[in-house]
Formats: sequence, C-alpha cells, structure tokens
Amino acid sequence: MTQISKSDVQHLAQLSNLQLSEDEIGPLQADLENIVGYFQQLDELDTAGIEPTYQVTALENVWRKDAVDTYGIDKSALLELAPSSEAEQIKVPKVL
Amino acid sequence: MSRISDFIGVSARMNVEQAIAKARASESFNAVLSLTEARALERADLVDRGEITGSLAGVPFIAKDNFLTLGGTTTAASKLLENFEAPLQATAIEKLEAEGAICIGKANLDAFAHGGSTENSAYGPTKNAVDTERVAGGSSGGSAAVVALDIVPFALGTDTGGSIRQPASFNGVVGIKPTYGTVSRYGVVAMASSTDTIGVLTSNAHDAALVMDIMSGQDAKDMTTLDDFFTPAALDGVKKIGVIKEAMTDDVDADVRATTQAYIEKLRSAGHTVEEVSLSMLKYALAIYYIVVPAEISSNLGRYDGIRYGKRAEASTLTEVYGASRDQGFMTENKRRIMIGSYVLSSGYFDAYYLKAQKARTLLINEFNALFASYDVLIAPVAPTPAFKIGANAADPIKMYLEDIMTVPASLAGLPAISVPAGVSHDGLPIGVQLIAQQRDDALLLALAESMEGNN
Repeated sequence: MTQISKSDVQHLAQLSNLQLSEDEIGPLQADLENIVGYFQQLDELDTAGIEPTYQVTALENVWRKDAVDTYGIDKSALLELAPSSEAEQIKVPKVL
Repeated sequence: MSRISDFIGVSARMNVEQAIAKARASESFNAVLSLTEARALERADLVDRGEITGSLAGVPFIAKDNFLTLGGTTTAASKLLENFEAPLQATAIEKLEAEGAICIGKANLDAFAHGGSTENSAYGPTKNAVDTERVAGGSSGGSAAVVALDIVPFALGTDTGGSIRQPASFNGVVGIKPTYGTVSRYGVVAMASSTDTIGVLTSNAHDAALVMDIMSGQDAKDMTTLDDFFTPAALDGVKKIGVIKEAMTDDVDADVRATTQAYIEKLRSAGHTVEEVSLSMLKYALAIYYIVVPAEISSNLGRYDGIRYGKRAEASTLTEVYGASRDQGFMTENKRRIMIGSYVLSSGYFDAYYLKAQKARTLLINEFNALFASYDVLIAPVAPTPAFKIGANAADPIKMYLEDIMTVPASLAGLPAISVPAGVSHDGLPIGVQLIAQQRDDALLLALAESMEGNN
C-alpha cells in the first residue's frame, strides 16, 4: 500500500498551485492514499512491449497555416474579462 | 416527453415562452443554472419573422453550463467562473443556431464536469426527475433532467467517462456519447482532452440523430475533429450483438441486470443474434481512467489562475493569488483530481502510473478491436445501480468512481456509446442499457435503438 504523508499532500498542492487550508489536508491525504492504492491493481497486467495509447483516432500532425487568427474576438473583449487591466495590459500583483 | 417535431412549424416565441415557464415551474429540481431569456426571445422573433430559417427553426434547447454561450454566464458550475460571460460561442452552439435552434439557458453539472451525480456543483445538486431524494446522475445531470422534465426536447451534454450516458439512464432519456472527434469541442470547457466528447440527450433516438447530424463535422478550431462521417440511417438488417459478461456479475444491481436481460430478449425477438462475450480488461478500465483523466485535468485546469478571467482572490503576491484563487474557486473533487494528476505525472511515479495506464489502455483497445471483428454492437448496463440517494456516495470518492465502471471503457477507446431507456426498477427508477459500437458506427447505434423503441 502506497503511503501518502501530510507533506506529500502539501508538495502536491504546491505542484498544483493550490493553497489548501489546514482542515482540507487530512481528508485529502486519506482520499489520495485510497485512490492511489486502487491503482495498484494495474500491477497485475503484463504490459511489456506494449505501446502506450495517447490518441485514439490515429490522427497525427494536423497542420494549420502559421498565421494569426483572432477567431473574430476583439482584444478589448478579452481584456474586459480580466479582473484588473490597465493600458491594454492585464494587471497582476507583484511577482516577488 | 415531447419530440423535436412538436416544436417545428409553430410559433417560436410560444415555444420559447413555454419552455422558460416550464423551467421556472421546475426550479425545485435545480436542473437549470441560468436562463438567457432576452436573447432567446429576440431569436424567436427573428424565426417567426422568417429572418432565421433552418431544420430546427424555433426549437428550444438547453446547454450544459460548460458550453460557452452568448447572452448570459458560463460557470462550469464553479465559483471560479461564477460571473464569467463568454466573448464567443462553442462551435456546437453556433451550428445549432445556424439551423434556427434557440438556446434558452444553461444546465447544472458537477463543477468542471468532475463527478457522476451533479452533487459537486457549487450551486447544489440537481434532483432526479423521477425521485427528488435521488441524484440526477452526472456530470450532465441538469441536461438529463431538463429533457426528462419535458422543459426542452433536447439538451447538450459532455461525456468524458460516462457523463451523458449515466444521467440519461438515471432519468429515463436517450443519451449519446459519439466517436471521439465527431463534434468540435471549441468553446467547451476542457476536462480530459483525450476522451472529452460532446453529445446530446433527447426523448428518442431519432431526435438524437437529427441533432448529431447538425453538430458533427470537422472544425479548424478543434484539430482532433474527424471528417463529417455521421449520416443518420435506418437499420440495415439484423445485427450480431455481444453481451459483456464482466458487466453482468452479481456486483451489479439485480434490477439493472434483469432490465438488461429483458432488453437482450427483445433484441433476440427482433431477429438479432445476441451472444455472451468477454471484455476481461473491464475490471482495469476504472484504474486506467482515474490515472489518465486526472493527469489531463491537472494540465487543462492549470489555466484557471484568476489572472485573465474568472474570480481573482485578494492576495499580495502573484503566487498567493494563484493559490488562493484556485483554492476558493475549485470544489474538493476538482482539487482531488488535480492533485492525483500531479501525483501520477510527477517524476518517479510517471512510469509506474501514467505510462503503465496508457499501456493498459492499449490492451483494452486491442480487446475491443478483437470483439468488433466478430460483433457489430456490444451491450452492457450503463451503471451498476439505478439513481442513488443524494449524499449516499459523497463520503467515499472510490465508491463514487465505481459508478463509472461500465462507461469508462468506451471513453478510453474513443468508441460511440449510447444509453437508451430500457425499463424501471422495482421502486420505479429508470434504468437504461448501454450499446457500444466501433468508431464511426454512431448512426448504427441510433438506428438500432430507434428500431427497438416502443418494444419496451
């Protein structure tokens, strides 16, 4: 059985850009441990020499022209969606 | 339940007004998150004046609230997108509007389509159309309920691992998840890009074929779309059908098995050959799915950071804004899936989980291919149980995931699959059966289902 520690949960939260509250960590630790434990059954399968499947309809390299297409959407309409913007730029808090 | 043809050639304004009145009268089911009344009435008047024409002119419909639409919000049933108003419409919506159909509002779902009961909605669960103490299923629970409640003749849904088929079964309506790539996903909130599909829920198979015919086809804005292969057709003779025996074990509810068996007998009476077949990979499909799909979710949901759109949490640094916006904007199930995805993709675990699952996926596909060399269609239950009580599976994510065990195999292989109403349980709950075909045989599934309607 795979063990998932509290610090594992905190590490995963960091990788996932999630700022979890203290009371979320315990239940998530138990859930993740059970779910990852459930995955162990795949160990029963012999997958030696089997190619992985990433795409199911055999499509490869669907090309398009290297040209800008705005899909008919104005820059201003997209900027309006941002919680904060100034001088045609999206505004964010300080980075560091 | 009404049919699409009931809405054609009559006043579009009346159609829309009646559908909106029915939606308001059914508010207690919590199936509809928002109505786009002003835009719908405006379009209805254009239809009535002959300025918009088409094969669905004046027919009202509802879209799951993960389709971007104009004239209102698109929330994905999340707090993060609570006030989000899309600047564009999904290709599927655009194609239906081009044929004169009128979107009257948006249906409830599990937030970001993560779930099998619509209980993960930030706006509360949708109640089952037949029994309000039970779930509507999910994640397209609202879409199934609005068809079952006869608010609209069709509703759009998305199906990544069963999210159209299972709620269709729970509410007694038809639901089709097409071949992967049949309908453009442009303008639809992405969940797991290697299995996400768009389909429709209706009262009957014929109407599902009408809507699929309009929505299907290649779209430069979704590079995974296939050429427009979908053409509705009548059933061309008797078929060879395989019953997946691993889906008919004692673990499956007795009423569900009996209903499936009764449908099989009706198929035999109609002249089809039905034999038991084995899909030994069925038992592994759920583990494969809950590795592959969260991996894709963790990547696809990276875009929700509170910067370019959606709700931004107050914090002093950029990193804290990301973390807090995501913590406040996502439901627990969203966080669970994102973190599982981060886990199976992280270095040291990638080969053991993600790569192993993608190899096992190949084994599942190989087994399907071998069966389709001898059989036209496969049959199995849609879910192991009829609709369960609200809250019954809430405490145990794995118990909830097990509801998907019958539907995830077709998703992982990109196969078309439908849920058709087949009967009811001893306490009156709807039960559907699932028909699965090889890629591009979507029209065959609908033709077979239509040929069996009225035989129940």
